[in-house]
Amino acid sequence: MEYFIQQLINGLTLGSIYGLVAIGYTMVYGIIGMINFAHGDIFMLGGFAALIIFLILTSFFAGIPVALLLLVMLLVGMLMTGLWNWTIERVAYRPLRGSFRLAPLITAIGMSIVLSNFIQVTQGPRNKPIPPLVTDVYHLGNITISLKQILIVVITSVLLFAFWYIVNKTPLGRAQRATEQDRKMAALLGVDVDRTISITFIMGAALAAVAGTMYLMYYGVAGFNDGFIPGVKAFTAAVLGGIGSLPGAVLGGLLIGLIESLWSAYFSIAYKDVATFAILAIVLIFKPTGILGRPEVEKV
Amino acid sequence: MAYTAENNSSSLMAKAVKEGIFAGVIAFGMFLLFVGIETYQDINNQLTWRTRWGLLAVFVAVAAIGRFLTVGFIKPHLDKRKLAKAKSGVLDISTDKSFFHRNFLKIALLFLLCYPFLAMLIFGRQGSLKYVDNFGIQILIYVMLAWGLNIVVGLAGLLDLGYVAFYAVGAYSYALLSANFGFSFWLLLPMAGILAGFWGIILGFPVLRLRGDYLAIVTLAFGEIIRLVLINWTDVTRGTFGISGIAKASFFGIWSFDVGAANNFNKAWGLPSSSVYYKIFLFYVILALCLITAYVTIRLRRMPIGRAWEALREDEIACRSLGINTVTTKLTAFATGAMFGGFAGSFFAARQGFVSPESFVFLESAVILAIVVLGGMGSLTGIAIAAVVMVGGTELLREMEFLKHVFGPDFTPELYRMLLFGLAMIIVMLFKPRGFVGTREPTAFLKERKAVSGSFTKEGHG
Amino acid sequence: MTTGTTTMTKDAILKVDHLSMKFGGLMAINDFSFEAKRGEITALIGPNGAGKTTVFNCITGFYKPTMGMITLKRKDGQDYLLERLRDFEINKVAGVARTFQNIRLFSGLTVLENLLVAQHNVLMKASGYTILGLLGLPAYKTAAAEAIEKARHWLEMADLIDRADDPAGDLSYGAQRRLEIARAMCTGPELLCLDEPAAGLNPKESLTLNTLLRAIRDEGTSLLLIEHDMSVVMEISDHVVVLEYGQKISDGTPDHVKNDPKVIAAYLGVEDDEVEAIEEKLDEGTV
Repeated sequence: MEYFIQQLINGLTLGSIYGLVAIGYTMVYGIIGMINFAHGDIFMLGGFAALIIFLILTSFFAGIPVALLLLVMLLVGMLMTGLWNWTIERVAYRPLRGSFRLAPLITAIGMSIVLSNFIQVTQGPRNKPIPPLVTDVYHLGNITISLKQILIVVITSVLLFAFWYIVNKTPLGRAQRATEQDRKMAALLGVDVDRTISITFIMGAALAAVAGTMYLMYYGVAGFNDGFIPGVKAFTAAVLGGIGSLPGAVLGGLLIGLIESLWSAYFSIAYKDVATFAILAIVLIFKPTGILGRPEVEKV
Repeated sequence: MAYTAENNSSSLMAKAVKEGIFAGVIAFGMFLLFVGIETYQDINNQLTWRTRWGLLAVFVAVAAIGRFLTVGFIKPHLDKRKLAKAKSGVLDISTDKSFFHRNFLKIALLFLLCYPFLAMLIFGRQGSLKYVDNFGIQILIYVMLAWGLNIVVGLAGLLDLGYVAFYAVGAYSYALLSANFGFSFWLLLPMAGILAGFWGIILGFPVLRLRGDYLAIVTLAFGEIIRLVLINWTDVTRGTFGISGIAKASFFGIWSFDVGAANNFNKAWGLPSSSVYYKIFLFYVILALCLITAYVTIRLRRMPIGRAWEALREDEIACRSLGINTVTTKLTAFATGAMFGGFAGSFFAARQGFVSPESFVFLESAVILAIVVLGGMGSLTGIAIAAVVMVGGTELLREMEFLKHVFGPDFTPELYRMLLFGLAMIIVMLFKPRGFVGTREPTAFLKERKAVSGSFTKEGHG
Repeated sequence: MTTGTTTMTKDAILKVDHLSMKFGGLMAINDFSFEAKRGEITALIGPNGAGKTTVFNCITGFYKPTMGMITLKRKDGQDYLLERLRDFEINKVAGVARTFQNIRLFSGLTVLENLLVAQHNVLMKASGYTILGLLGLPAYKTAAAEAIEKARHWLEMADLIDRADDPAGDLSYGAQRRLEIARAMCTGPELLCLDEPAAGLNPKESLTLNTLLRAIRDEGTSLLLIEHDMSVVMEISDHVVVLEYGQKISDGTPDHVKNDPKVIAAYLGVEDDEVEAIEEKLDEGTV
């Protein structure tokens, strides 16, 4: 039982990170209907930005409090990825909006290749380790909870609430939902569609940066190729939960985190990703639009 | 007109300067950390950092000046040309095609048939190896894969992001069956294709009622599952080590290309011992496979099944209302595409002599899909051109040793290969969203065959 | 699949029995029954939201009805229960073709290709499920030539012969409607179902459409159509069924229906005492 709870905690931590990245996929998909393949690499960029800030700050201020350090890492990471994602949308996706559906998918895949190779070229191909940031560990009987796990879950929850608030309660959120429903009509009613889409990309990137920073904190390492696997899993999470649905993205993320940690614990670690993908396929076969996705109605 | 030309151009310059500065600021923000700072491990293996302000300045300057020139000069120039063209009233449809244009396919085929010998003539026996193998065979493998995927994506409009799985099935079928049972290449080639097609049906059956992007993610997931199984099922596949020493293809069982064999091809023909003859043989094998793929695709398009695929891409609901069983139609497209992937896979294994899961990563699926879309969905010629440009172009980078003299001896052009590949994908899509060949050839006609403009064709929803 | 219903009138082609369709808590169709006769044009009319399209989608297999039976009697005497067939079998097995309110053409294929796609099942068989055709056997070649001839016939009927090699998406709206009908006819149906064929047509196009529909009937295909445009309905239908709030309120010849006070009330939503005034106007033919 304790072992099970331990795995549950590990799964939730991992799932929170996937969930944060999944929101970026789901929001972009919801608003412009494209799979932003480069989003996993935005997550990777966020991790790298945090890593570089960490190195700079610790070399200048040796005794900097960890909380302040983390805060700066998060903020700079969010700014940096926000700027990148804004530019990417402007340069590679906006000109293709409304044209051939596969064209932006291809530019997104191209962008993903460019981003990971850009980091490989500028920062080198080797994985970059950093010393552990947060080391406190708490024991409850035989269950171990580390402070970083708590931090990850808390930060995710806070951000989710903030996001839920923005999307459901603010004029910006209303503009986003309107654009999602009908882009042309929203524009006719005075919603600045371009700006709304740009902000959506920035918001998604900021969440990815948070996830990237936490991934760095959790595993203590960043590599140019780290965007792909978490990216695919987060995308899987978004689809599993029902793409386009924010709660679905979080639910999907948590589910995938849990599947991964429980499968590794009880079956085989080697096949944990196989299990994840297999469950995705099975869920979609029975519920073709994901767990919380609205069923697609064929209008004839 | 209130504006004078002078007024106009000065305001244009002001705008260009403003946009240039803006682009510079953005670039500064984007590249500050990633280019301005370099992280590296010092002698103690400790991660540390140093600045690269010079390089950052170059990045910012390129962005700013590039934007300035685009806004200030290139765009007005292009607009002017477009305007002049519109004013002259001559439509941009030249019915008078050049000799080269009209006979493009014949010339291309003739060139391909002579290619290995031309390479030998120009670069000598050993020098031509690179051209026959790295360029010729490599590009043709991608042409075949892209033509196979074209059936699924380009004709039937089903977005398949895991095509490489079938390539892997073909390659491992050949590797395992030839290693364990000693079957020959010529027996295993069709078998690998059939096995891959069979897998296409197995994987396709449960998921083909999914639509659009759901199908995309599940195919991606299947691609990853197959790769992960290949990595982890070490008893059979030997995991990441891969399978080496795969038997070579023989000359239809008559001559062998194994050096020690009694019926060695080179000995039999009195040729000097060199691997180039095997490569040339393989070149013709893959060329033949490509031509078969093209022939079958062209024939299928004129058959009811091919038309049903294209109709499915255009409107699935209408298909059902016309009595077309969309499930079997999708399955046949999926299986046919998978089968060609399987053929290509078994050829790949025979050519490489070695297979490992490394060769079947998602990136390969992405590259193949990119070639299909960049070429123009459904167009065999466009796809072949895209394969030559994208694969040949990046392969060419390996050859650019002279760049070392420009950028210093530490410069490795290969490092930039995928970076440039990605950039090329983006740039081609931005300028030609429908790919190199955007028009569609009709499969039947009453009076005259008129190409269908790309603006009418749809890209499918699932 | 082929249970004979004894209650079916001899010359009926389609019989809808106690059809009900529920969407969540909403009863879109409530115990609806009617018959369409062979060789006739039957029109299904009713105000917006009456459930016409739902009935239509049940008949053509796009919805599975909650309750009820839909029987189709083919010329050879075979009966088919449409609600038990899979969506594509409605056309392939039972010989029911349909068009769509929002035209659904294969816009990237040429007009001719659209008509060839419609002959898929015939050609599939002729090509030996692709395998024989791939080998270039003559049987397929003859079948392909026949298919083109059939397409040519319907192109002429629909007045589209000059546009045969143009992409379907390039046609004008009216021509697209005619093409959709021609395409449905190329499947060789016994019953053709048309979902608002006259919607969005100008009067001239509307007239051409009427001629086409009559010609189709005269060639032996029965028609069932949903329509808003009363001029089309009254002019060409042999039989009219009126639906309101998912229930049948009138059934009979165009003249009978036109004068049914219930129908008038349903359409105009007027008080009963005003109905008579409108009836008078109808008699004068001004509405």
